[in-house]
Amino acid sequence: MRINLRNMLDNQVGTIASIKVSGELGRRIRDMGLVPGIEIKIQGRAPLYDPVAVRVRGATLTLRNNEADYIEVEVE
Amino acid sequence: MAPTVALAGNPNAGKTTLFNELTGSRQHVGNYPGVTVEKKEGTYVRDGFRLHIVDLPGTYSLTAYSLEEVVARDFLVNQKPEVVINIVDASNLDRNLYLAVQFLEMGIPICIALNMIDVAKKRGIKVNAEKLSSLLGVPVIPTVARTGKGKKELMDNAFQIIHEHQQLNPLKISYGADIDPVLVEMEKEIAQNHFLTDIYRARWIALKYMENDEQILTLGRKTDADLSGRLEDQVNKVSRHLQNTLETYPEAVIADQRYGYINSIMKQGVVHHKYDRNRLYSSDRIDKVLTNRFLGPLIMLAVIAGLYHFTFTYSKLPVGWLESFFGWLASTLSTVMPEGLLQSLIVSGIIDGVGGVLGFVPLIMFMFFGIAILEDSGYLARVAFMLDRIFRLFGLHGSSVMAFIVSGGIAGGCAVPGVMATRTLKSPRERLATLLTVPFMNCGAKLPVFALLIATFFAKYEAVIMFLITLGAWGGALLVAKLLRITVIKGAATPFVMELPPYRMPTFKGLAIHTWERTWQYIKKAGTVILGLSIVLWAMMTFPGLPDSTVAEFAKLRQDEMSRVPAGIVAQLEASHEDTALSDPARNLKERLQRIDAAEAEAGLRYSIAGRMGSALEAVSKWAGFDWRTNIALVGGFAAKEVVVSTLGTAYSLGAVDPEETDSLSATLARDPAWSPLMAVGLIVFTMFYSPCFVSVICISRESGSWKWGVFAMAFNTVLAFALAVFIFQIGSILGLLVK
Repeated sequence: MRINLRNMLDNQVGTIASIKVSGELGRRIRDMGLVPGIEIKIQGRAPLYDPVAVRVRGATLTLRNNEADYIEVEVE
Repeated sequence: MAPTVALAGNPNAGKTTLFNELTGSRQHVGNYPGVTVEKKEGTYVRDGFRLHIVDLPGTYSLTAYSLEEVVARDFLVNQKPEVVINIVDASNLDRNLYLAVQFLEMGIPICIALNMIDVAKKRGIKVNAEKLSSLLGVPVIPTVARTGKGKKELMDNAFQIIHEHQQLNPLKISYGADIDPVLVEMEKEIAQNHFLTDIYRARWIALKYMENDEQILTLGRKTDADLSGRLEDQVNKVSRHLQNTLETYPEAVIADQRYGYINSIMKQGVVHHKYDRNRLYSSDRIDKVLTNRFLGPLIMLAVIAGLYHFTFTYSKLPVGWLESFFGWLASTLSTVMPEGLLQSLIVSGIIDGVGGVLGFVPLIMFMFFGIAILEDSGYLARVAFMLDRIFRLFGLHGSSVMAFIVSGGIAGGCAVPGVMATRTLKSPRERLATLLTVPFMNCGAKLPVFALLIATFFAKYEAVIMFLITLGAWGGALLVAKLLRITVIKGAATPFVMELPPYRMPTFKGLAIHTWERTWQYIKKAGTVILGLSIVLWAMMTFPGLPDSTVAEFAKLRQDEMSRVPAGIVAQLEASHEDTALSDPARNLKERLQRIDAAEAEAGLRYSIAGRMGSALEAVSKWAGFDWRTNIALVGGFAAKEVVVSTLGTAYSLGAVDPEETDSLSATLARDPAWSPLMAVGLIVFTMFYSPCFVSVICISRESGSWKWGVFAMAFNTVLAFALAVFIFQIGSILGLLVK
């Protein structure tokens, strides 16, 4: 099942299916190691539920929800 | 000249630690030409052989996405360092190699420092350095920068590359069937026309065109618009094809293929993971508490309060020493030097001005030390993470909070270190909006002004009013930030995507170097300009002097007073020292003489350029209820906000008033019919929002990289503050509120 990164639950695991954004944000997302095929896990969210912390390649990255919207994830 | 070695790598990979380890105290910080990115340089010496080490800004990529990346890339291309040491985090190898691959694509000779190998080991990650080295074709040396382990071997390899003038063939990765053939064609065309090939390699230029790299495109169009257009057409064709078939675009495909290449290397037995990669480590367990929905904000409040307490309490002692030293210097020179203009210039102009700047130094040191701890330990990134949602509403960034707090978000800070604290912000627009709005916070120098006005007109409601003032400062700063972000600093939010680095114990060496270099920059840069400006302000409040006839009138008044009492009493007063007990008539005479001196000072101030400006401004300032005395005081407040109180004292013929003891000034203001509680409210609001003091203005100019923004802060803030003060005064007057 494909869902939006924003809608993933805490501790849920999935594989990035696509990243639908170009320009500065798209470049930044890829530079940080978020590319299709990579496994991610939701580590937690800030006290106001935004941004979200994601575990990827053994490191923790944070994204705002409106940035996470562009990332689609394949989950079980 | 010594050969140049550049250090490059991701933020948090241990680059700065290695730089400090290599250069020790033989380093200095400057800026890259024309930009505010810090440039750290140093010297590495071994066996009488010297290397010039440059610490490039930490970057994840060389795509020219941020200022740091542009600076790093330009340095590599223009300065052509003999070798680049690429520091990679061994526990996060694949993402760190993304940058290494881009160096290899450029054909830059690199030497990889496989750093934090100890952390990786603890995490059950085994890296086969030899295998990695043979696959990439460059030396790979395991290091632990914090302890200096592997340093010698790393430098041995760097020396070898330098001595043998090793050249590297650029790495050729396959970017897939759609891109590869076009790239070959473009490369051929670029080479034939010698298009930019004196600076870059042909294939790399083609690759950058494919990646839609703005810097290279601009340069290309300027060099040969025709050829550039043909290359762009080719790229557009591929773009359209990729969009139609795969719903993607060349830049994304290239990035994916780079990661694919890294992946293929990793799979050949380079890395062995004992545990699941995304399992949680102690750092993550700490995060479970420190960023917890309920505990997180509470702990953050405690940490911020702690930093604040640390900075402003413990710096008090050294600040006091400096103040006493400058006080002593001023009073000594006053007695040693003959009275007159020169003495006034040195004591009131230079010592007060320079002393004012150096007085901030302990404060800045303590503040930077505290922030360095939060930064180096990784906590600052968590603060940004937790607060981003709120600050984003106003077009700012989660990291903005530190600057606001330090500037006086909790009343009593200082905007100078606050402005400098915005350096931890990496997003240019958010950073500019932050550094333009932090001066609205209630710094320690504004407090005596508030204290005076509250004590005079609202003594009963002191706590409530101070609270409202704090709230007003935050509200004003955030709203103005929002206003700036939708007008002069317009632009989409900079992507927030960032790393939460694992918590680390800061090293004392790192903290000390961090703190000292920033403090020294402040002393050096601010000191010179401020010396000049203090002299200008002093001159404005001194010249032109009173005409001789007026001076003679005051002298006559004094003579008259003295001739009215027996000669013995005059003699007693003249022979007395500061603490001699005087007889009643002598004390009486002394007081009357002092009153004349004060009246002369008032007349002198009014006659000076500043006084004339104050009087001229009355035509406008009367809309807010401010008279010439208030105007001069506010002009003086531009030097430093606490000067408002002492200048008011002079303007009211009380002599210079000590900001700590304002009882007599308070009584005078309460009696003066020109003052009302309503006007006091207007003046409080004006003091909160008007032009930052000139030390702050200079810091704003320096940190924003342009005088334009310093001037903007002065003009915009003053207009805003005046509009608010007029609004309060006029509406209040119509409604008959808060009148005497």
